[in-house]
Amino acid sequence: MTAYEKVMAARDANKLTSVDYISHMFGDSFIELHGDRRYADDKAVVAGLAMLFDTPVTVIGIEKGRNTKERVERNFGQAHPEGYRKALRLMKQAEKFRRPVLCLVDTSGAYPGIGAEERGQGQAIAENLMEMMTLKTPVLTVLIGEGGSGGALALAVSDEVWMLENSVYSVISPEGCASILWKDSSKAAEAAEALKLTAQDLFDLGVIERIIRQPKAGDQAMFESLKMLIKRTFEKNLALDDEELLNARYERFRKIGIPD
Amino acid sequence: MDLFAFRKPKNELESDEGESKNVPFVPEEMWIKCPKCNTMLLTTDMEENLHVCTKCNHHFRMNGRDRVEMLADKDTFIEFDADLVSHNILDFPGYDQKLEKARKTGAKESVICGECKMNGIDTVLCVMDPTFMMGSMGVVTGEKITRAFEYATENSMPIVVCTAAGGARMQEGILSLMQMAKTSGAVKRHSDAGNLYITVLTDPTTGGVTASFAMDGDIILAEPDCLVAFAGPRVIEQTIRQKLPKDFQTAEFVLQKGFIDSVVSRNNLKSTLVKLLKLHGYSGEEA
Ligand SMILES: [Zn+2]
Repeated sequence: MTAYEKVMAARDANKLTSVDYISHMFGDSFIELHGDRRYADDKAVVAGLAMLFDTPVTVIGIEKGRNTKERVERNFGQAHPEGYRKALRLMKQAEKFRRPVLCLVDTSGAYPGIGAEERGQGQAIAENLMEMMTLKTPVLTVLIGEGGSGGALALAVSDEVWMLENSVYSVISPEGCASILWKDSSKAAEAAEALKLTAQDLFDLGVIERIIRQPKAGDQAMFESLKMLIKRTFEKNLALDDEELLNARYERFRKIGIPD
Repeated sequence: MDLFAFRKPKNELESDEGESKNVPFVPEEMWIKCPKCNTMLLTTDMEENLHVCTKCNHHFRMNGRDRVEMLADKDTFIEFDADLVSHNILDFPGYDQKLEKARKTGAKESVICGECKMNGIDTVLCVMDPTFMMGSMGVVTGEKITRAFEYATENSMPIVVCTAAGGARMQEGILSLMQMAKTSGAVKRHSDAGNLYITVLTDPTTGGVTASFAMDGDIILAEPDCLVAFAGPRVIEQTIRQKLPKDFQTAEFVLQKGFIDSVVSRNNLKSTLVKLLKLHGYSGEEA
């Protein structure tokens, strides 16, 4: 697949969304928690507690919706500041109980709208980046579709970041990039190539730790092996003391793109 | 994103109405038109007035060097990492030429970092330069800011950061996005060690810079009327398909919404910073 075909696959309306992953991996053990305790409950972010085998975990996912009605309700997976604040509230709660945090990312970006700006979209994302960097509990992020810029990064300042083989992660959409740089959004395919946004590109650039095979609905064996992988990563990081955990997280980002 | 061209009226809704017809002929570079009140100003007058319109107080954008000179005590600024410059790490088409063009302005990178004295007080100072690729944040920008915070943390020093950015440097792809996380980490360590960080938002502060260290200051100041946004006005208008209110996303707007501490005119900026530094127990010998 070309880079732009990967972008299209990542946006495919029929692919699995965060709620699908949650139900396949955690089934009935999942209990949803709502609200940012500041202003509202943002439905673009679905979050709660679940059992990963015998370990309680906090799960936070950006949800695009699986049909037209849901997509409207979920604002097409474009979170407002309340979504990021809900996520941070539950991450802090997880830290209190030293519960590992799993973030599932699938968003074209944080919502660019009047209310979002009025209520501090930039501030909400900035706070997540800063607080996640020193969250004293293991955090793992899996990109399951689109990873759109700051709105994705706000749930991805983690110990490890994994990507599904057909997911993408980029600073800007290829269409946006092409229209700003070349005044021609039809050059999106070229922009997608140039931006280096596929899982393989990001792995080669040292931005992610692992590429995950794309699971299909009902492929329970695949979900079980993904769960095992997540469990082992959490166990490894739970064994570290706070200082080791946070130093490793800091260094993970500190070294990215460092000029020699 | 390089969404905002230098010296364009920053609010796209304010049109650049009719050229003034009554101005006597003078060499073009000697005059500059104020985008707010349309007055023709002598460039030297405007520059001597800290790049502020003598008639209506409109704050023109300042390049990094001029701003460092304005804030640091004379001959005290020691620049860090002056030789750290951007490269076309992803082989992005056209980026080499863009960098070459940007360097012709005299700036080497979109941020200048160093230490200096402000009324005798030792301070780390980072100034983003809107004349260099609209201050966009690339790997080197993020690296220089991170190193400045790490230096301030090691030496228990306060830091002042003047932000200006059209957003991330998209020609550096995901690596530019990662600078948001990297800088935030360095800010957090500086903060957790009990040090003071003051942000000064200048025109324009948008995108990934707004969504990281610009909003992390213990105290956040902004210059009058500057654009402060996560999503730029054009992106929002395209999304919601309606025109934005005139004063949306100005410094005064974000002050009213509770996201910054104060709007400070440029002629009071240094004295305000010094006052805040003193209130946090920092002192120094005045030269
Ligand atoms: Zn004026």
